[in-house]
Formats: sequence, structure tokens, C-alpha cells
Amino acid sequence: MDAPLIELSGVVKSFGPVNVLKGVNLKAYAGKVTALVGDNGAGKSTLIKGLAGVQPYDGGEVRFEGKVVHLHTPRDASQLGIEVVYQDLALCDNLDIVQNMFLGREEVRGITFDEGQMEREASETLRSLSVRTVKSVRQKVSSLSGGQRQTVAIARSVLKKSKLVVLDEPTAALGVAQTEQVLNLVRTLAAQGVAVIIISHNLQDVFQVADYINVLYLGTMVASIPTDQTTSDDVVGYITGSKTYDGASA
Amino acid sequence: MTTSAPKTDTTSLPAEGGFIGSGQEGGVLDQVRAYFQRLRHGDMGALPAIGGLIALVILFSILSQVMLGQQYFLTERNFANLMTQAASLVMLAMALTLTILLGEIDLSAGVTSGVAISTFVVLTKPDGIAMNWMLALTLALAVGVVIGAFIGFFVAFVRIPSFVVTLGLFIGLQGVTLILLGDGGVFRIQVPEILAIQNSNMPVWAGWVMLGIMLVVSFATSMWDRRRRARAGVPNRTIALVWIKLAVIAGVGGFVVAVLSSNRSSSVKVIEGVPIILPIVLVILWLGTFMLDRTKFGRYIYAIGGNAEAARRSGVKVVAIRWCAFILGSTLAVLSGVFSASKVGSVNAGFGTDIVLSGVAAAVVGGVSLFGGRGRLLHAAIGALVIAVIANGLGLLNLPAGVNYIVTGGVLVLAATVDAVSRVRAGGTILRT
Repeated sequence: MDAPLIELSGVVKSFGPVNVLKGVNLKAYAGKVTALVGDNGAGKSTLIKGLAGVQPYDGGEVRFEGKVVHLHTPRDASQLGIEVVYQDLALCDNLDIVQNMFLGREEVRGITFDEGQMEREASETLRSLSVRTVKSVRQKVSSLSGGQRQTVAIARSVLKKSKLVVLDEPTAALGVAQTEQVLNLVRTLAAQGVAVIIISHNLQDVFQVADYINVLYLGTMVASIPTDQTTSDDVVGYITGSKTYDGASA
Repeated sequence: MTTSAPKTDTTSLPAEGGFIGSGQEGGVLDQVRAYFQRLRHGDMGALPAIGGLIALVILFSILSQVMLGQQYFLTERNFANLMTQAASLVMLAMALTLTILLGEIDLSAGVTSGVAISTFVVLTKPDGIAMNWMLALTLALAVGVVIGAFIGFFVAFVRIPSFVVTLGLFIGLQGVTLILLGDGGVFRIQVPEILAIQNSNMPVWAGWVMLGIMLVVSFATSMWDRRRRARAGVPNRTIALVWIKLAVIAGVGGFVVAVLSSNRSSSVKVIEGVPIILPIVLVILWLGTFMLDRTKFGRYIYAIGGNAEAARRSGVKVVAIRWCAFILGSTLAVLSGVFSASKVGSVNAGFGTDIVLSGVAAAVVGGVSLFGGRGRLLHAAIGALVIAVIANGLGLLNLPAGVNYIVTGGVLVLAATVDAVSRVRAGGTILRT
């Protein structure tokens, strides 16, 4: 098997006396979708915030492309090519799609924007993700549906050729058709060689898109399995702690 | 550099179906249709304010004719008067817009200008320090910078609601003005250059030159934008729109300059030409709009007003932007005070206490959202014109001052209602965040 793009080993994080992550291992591969599941309070969000550099880990080792890296600030993460799409989306309703996709990293010439260049890159990125539901890249985000917003947020994360995209509950608030669209987008993303980590509560979605499933239970990674070697029932068992995984770590 | 970008003309690309467009394709008709679609989505911009302005002008000219038997409102002289009366409010509304776009408010903008002007008066008193007026004006602007930095510190760093911080300053700074000027009394502005801002006119030819410069600048920026877009290979709006825009500027501007170029004196002494306050305000409006539309600072102001957390996660230095916006807002507010003092010719201890809420009202009437993230400087300026026309028109009708307050308040609520209703009809909610 290929070397993982990113490998966490023995990652720990505590808030005061509460140990949220108790030595977690996680691997994600380029071109593969890695799902991270677990019940509320299992530590999923904490694990992700560490990857994003928002809340640095207390200990453990992070290897990115084989090299040990330190993720202390969001800038560290984005310099490596790690992008996180948060559950609450983090888009500005009053700006249009191009402005949102380039927020914080606008193309400028001198001191003024190069709007044409930004518009072109935004359209190209959306097209490369086979997005068809957006009529104009100059639409205000406030006029978009939930699925379209998720699409814009994901497109934003791959605009600058990122290597690892972390999606936090991308389908949580979406209808059936929109969920389908977003899951297709996730597959497209992986097909382009991006490593995708997806957090979801919806096991149906997970089994549909993920290549690997990682189960976090009370701050410990209790199972890491290729999707085709497990069943929904087993995963539910690992999540609730009523079953123990004894196979080899994927 | 992308050398592969097509360098062909990208004007009037066909509006293809199923293709991700940019809303710039198609001919004039497509653009008009797209504009009406934006209107239906509740994106009214300054349209209600412009409509209100036209309605008020018609109303007052009729009322003047009917109630007074003579046209006092629609005269060259009143037109010029209106311009100078409105200048200070226009300036203040633009200053406030910077902070309102962030979703904040600066209630102390008026009294900030009061402190700055008092400083100026004290520094330039001929029988006192008698400082050079330019140096004194610079120091007055510096007072605005300091007060803005003070507000910005508490709002951006300590995260106290700007309403509270600036309410505190609104009360406190009145005291500073009082102490600077001493008890009671009215202090005359004795600097001819400052008085000239609102009381002198440009030669007639300079008014036409001003209009010419406006047309050239507008044309040049449009063509510059089109060239950049063409180089990137993205569609350009049909060039007809550029001509329409120029025609509108030439038409409206030509009318204004022509009216102001005629002799509006009622005595032997000739009074003609564009008041010099007009180009001053236009230059500030242009610079501010340029900053808000085309630079990172401006874009981040809108982004923070729309979703501060999203801006922060995108790497925007939210604290610094908020801070700078308050500094800039307070500094521009000082200019508004300078215009006002120039018009009145004097300063008293209550300077700037009344005008700030009119400034907020002007911005809201113009379509600037108090929730942040939506509105333009031009809209605030048009809103200020509406408020100024009400005061001017009612004043000419010899109605009691109370009527002015009641009508202005009514117009404010009406404007907010029009905005809210258009949003609800477009499927949004009244409370926009």
C-alpha cells in the first residue's frame, strides 16, 4: 500500500483534567476518502481542530508526506495544503461566490483586485468539480441553497490545490438530492488525487463514499477498517462501544 | 502568469444554458432582465432613496407654488443652498457607513467632530495661539484619528459593543468640547480658507472641467476593468452599458453644473459657479468607493459585516480591520464637522450632538443595512440628500421645526419598511444577519 499523505500517531489533547484525545492514530491517503465516525463527545471535532491548527495538540506526532510537522496556527495548516470545511460553512452571505472563494487570498495587482483572474479561477475550479447547479459565479451566497453553499465551501477548499481536505458533517442539513450532489463532489475530489477526511453521523453516506472508516470512541481510535471489510452493524457497535474491533489497523 | 488565457474580445458572450456564467453575458436586454431579477431578490440598492428624492423634489416644488404662491424651492439659488446644507450630512453619513458596514455603530461621530473643531478654533484664535490654519486642520484631523483609535481599541480588542463605547464617548466628549471652549458663548471661525469651503464658488469654466474629469475617470476605470477581464478571458458586459453610464453622468452632471453656472444672486453682485464643496465631497466619495470596492481593506470590511467568524477563519485580520475602520470613520467625521462649521461660521459647545442620528438615518434611508455588510457610500450620500431636502423644503414652507422632525422620522421608518418588505417578498426574513 502507498504511504499515507498524513499520519497521526499517539495524538493527545486535554482540556484541564478532561482527556479528550488519548493517543489517537489516524491515516489518510491521497485519492482516498477516509471517514471519521464516532458518537457525540468522542473527540472528532477536537481531532479536526488540531489538524486545522486552530487548537494545537498537546502531544503525539503528525507526519505529512512522511515528514514530522507541527500544526500550531491555521497558517501552518494551509501552508501544507490542509483545508477544513466547517459544519457551519463559514461563508459570507453578502458576498458573491467568487468573493467568498477568494476571501483572505484575493488576487491583486498593485493594490487593486484582479477580478477577472479570480472569476476565471473560480469558474474553472467549479467546472473541474463538475458543478452544474450554479448559474453564475457572481451570485450572492445568500441566494444559494444549502447544497450549493456546501459546494461553494468545498470548491473554496480546493481552489489553491490543497492536498488534504477535511469535511465536517458536509451533508448534515441537506435534502436527499443535495446530499447526493455533495457526495458526488466528495468522490470527484478524491478522484483528483486529494486526500479527503469526512466526518459524518450518517453511516449510509459513509458507506457510500468512504474507502476507509475510522471509529473514535471516547478519545481512542477503536477501529480503522477498509469500508469493504465491514458492515454497518459492526460500525454501530464500535461507535457505541458494544463491539470491539480486533482486526489489523488499516 | 497564465499565457494560455484567450486574448480575444469577450464582450457580449452569448448567455449559454448549463454553463457557469458570471452574469455579464448577453446584450443590453439580458442585463436589464438580470437587473430586474436582482431587484426582485430584494437587492434594491439606492433605488427607494432615489425615488424618494425625486418624489420630494416634486412635492416641495408643488407645495411651494400652492402654499406660498411663488416658487422658492425649485430655484437656482436654493439648489446651491441645498448642496452646501447637505454637504456636512453627506460627509457624516459616509463616515458612519464605514462602521455600519462592519455591523457596528459610531454614536460619537458628531461630538468627535465637535472636539476636533473646538481644538481647531482654540489653536487658530488670532488673539491666542494663532497657529497656521493648515497645521491646525491637520491637528484637528489627528484628534479624529486618536478618538477613532480609542473607540477601535475597545471595540476591536476588548470587544465591548460599539454602541456602549461610543455612547460613553458621546457623553464624555461633549464635556471635552465644553472645557476646550469654556462656558457658553459662540466662537466664530476666523480662518477665511475654512469659511471658503462652504461659501465660495468655483469659476464657471472650472465646473465644466470638473464634469469633464468625472467623465474621463469613469470611462478610464470602465475600460481598465474591461481590459483586465478580457485578459483573464472572462465575459465582459456589453459596451453599451459603459456608454449609458457615461450618458447618465453627462446628463445629470451637465444639468447640475448648468444650473449652478447661472447667476443665482438676487442683488447686483453676481453669484455663479459650482460651490467648491461639491468637488471636495465627490473626490472623497470616489476615493472611499475605490477603497471599498477594489482593495482588500474594503472587501474585508464587507466580509466582517457579513460573517466575522468566516472572515477570521479565512485569515482576515479582523481586529486590525475593525480598528482601522473606526479610525477612518472618526477622521472623516471630523471633515463633516469642518464643513458644518464652515457653513455656520461658528462653533458652540453643543457642536455635533444633533447631527449624528441624522447621519445614521441618512445611511439607513439610503439602503445601508445596520446589520452590516450591505450598502455603499453613494447610497448613504443619496440618503443624506433625502434628509437634507426634507429640512430644506419644509424650512422654505415656513412650517414649524417640529414638522421637520416628524417628517424625517416618518421617512426613515418608511425607508426601512420598503427595504424589509422587498426582502420578505424575495423570500428572506426581516431580520437580516
